[in-house]
Amino acid sequence: MKTDDLIALLAAGEGPVQRHALARRLALAVLGGALGAVLMTVALYGVRADLALVAHTPLFWAKLALPGSVALLALWLTQRLARPGVKGGALWGLLGLPLLLVWLGAATSLLGAPEGARAELILGRTWRTCALNIALLSVPTLIAIGWALRGLAPIHLRQAGAAGGLLAGATATLAYCLHCPEMEAPFWGLWYVLGMLVPALAGTLLGPRLLRW
Amino acid sequence: MQRTITQEALGAREAQLQALLLQGLTGDAAAYRMFLAALAVHVRSFLSRRLAQRPCEVEDLLQEVLLAVHNARHTYQAQQPLTAWVQAIARYKLADHYRSYARHDALHEGLEDDSDLFAASEQEAAQATRDLAKLLAQLPERQRLPIVHVKLEGLSVEETARMTGLSSSAVKVGIHRGLKALAKLMGGKGDDEDR
Repeated sequence: MKTDDLIALLAAGEGPVQRHALARRLALAVLGGALGAVLMTVALYGVRADLALVAHTPLFWAKLALPGSVALLALWLTQRLARPGVKGGALWGLLGLPLLLVWLGAATSLLGAPEGARAELILGRTWRTCALNIALLSVPTLIAIGWALRGLAPIHLRQAGAAGGLLAGATATLAYCLHCPEMEAPFWGLWYVLGMLVPALAGTLLGPRLLRW
Repeated sequence: MQRTITQEALGAREAQLQALLLQGLTGDAAAYRMFLAALAVHVRSFLSRRLAQRPCEVEDLLQEVLLAVHNARHTYQAQQPLTAWVQAIARYKLADHYRSYARHDALHEGLEDDSDLFAASEQEAAQATRDLAKLLAQLPERQRLPIVHVKLEGLSVEETARMTGLSSSAVKVGIHRGLKALAKLMGGKGDDEDR
């Protein structure tokens, strides 16, 4: 095949490219994944009975701030890493900020508590299932983001997979907050973070295999 | 190869190519064709420098890069330097190429950072070894027919839809998926090699 023939073939019969194709694709994936995670939360775990009540407390929103800010950063990272010639760079470092804040809150809470009560602050009542539940809820978003990335052009496949996995984990955690009764920062700082890391790790491992193009 | 090109000239070249691409993305096929043709000249010399030991592979790899550029064109954003975007794609395909031939010694040589993509140009096209007809024959019919009718015979999407009994959107999807599948076939990727 002559290269000129290939060029003629590529240029022939192509209409305009959809504007904001990348943003549309990612938005669709995140919305679809989030919807899946919310439906799974409601169906599998149930919404906490006092949700309307706690939604008026600042503590509930502080709890959402961790997965919320991680989700935004991971979404930004994902849209960057989905394009050739753009790196994740300093954005990865920014992820340390919400982590640092929740750990500061956790440390404050632990130091202020009597020694005997500290274990309960960390373990709460649901530590056995929390991270696993979040990992399970991240599956729809992980699949949706994988679909979106396969239609884009990631170059750094591990990083793109990690960012997509983290986005899935953070979205799942947000949905899980509809159910999760735990209201202590030390609990979030350990189990929520672990829950988000599971899909991030899965994305890191799967990226190089599934995102090649 | 000329190495004395000024930054200004490089900037002008980048701007010219970018203008053609952006026109192409809005549906101007003639501008898009000019963009690909001009890009091919630069990518060819970019690849020849890195495949100096195996010049016969340059044209094959160039075609892979052009197809990859086409398949990724919706990820280009106007505020990004075109050089960075194209070079990332070219390097990705080059690294893939090295990997599939397991020439890890060459990998390190090929990945150094240089921004001289548009500094040199090589006009002379060698014949690539692969045969388009053979590649197309490996595609399923719903991808092959749209590509053959629209891309090779120059029929419109609607005409192709009537001829094949597919819907217009199925014709477009077939072209899109078919070109992505073609890129995989060209790279010789049936494997799940880790990266």
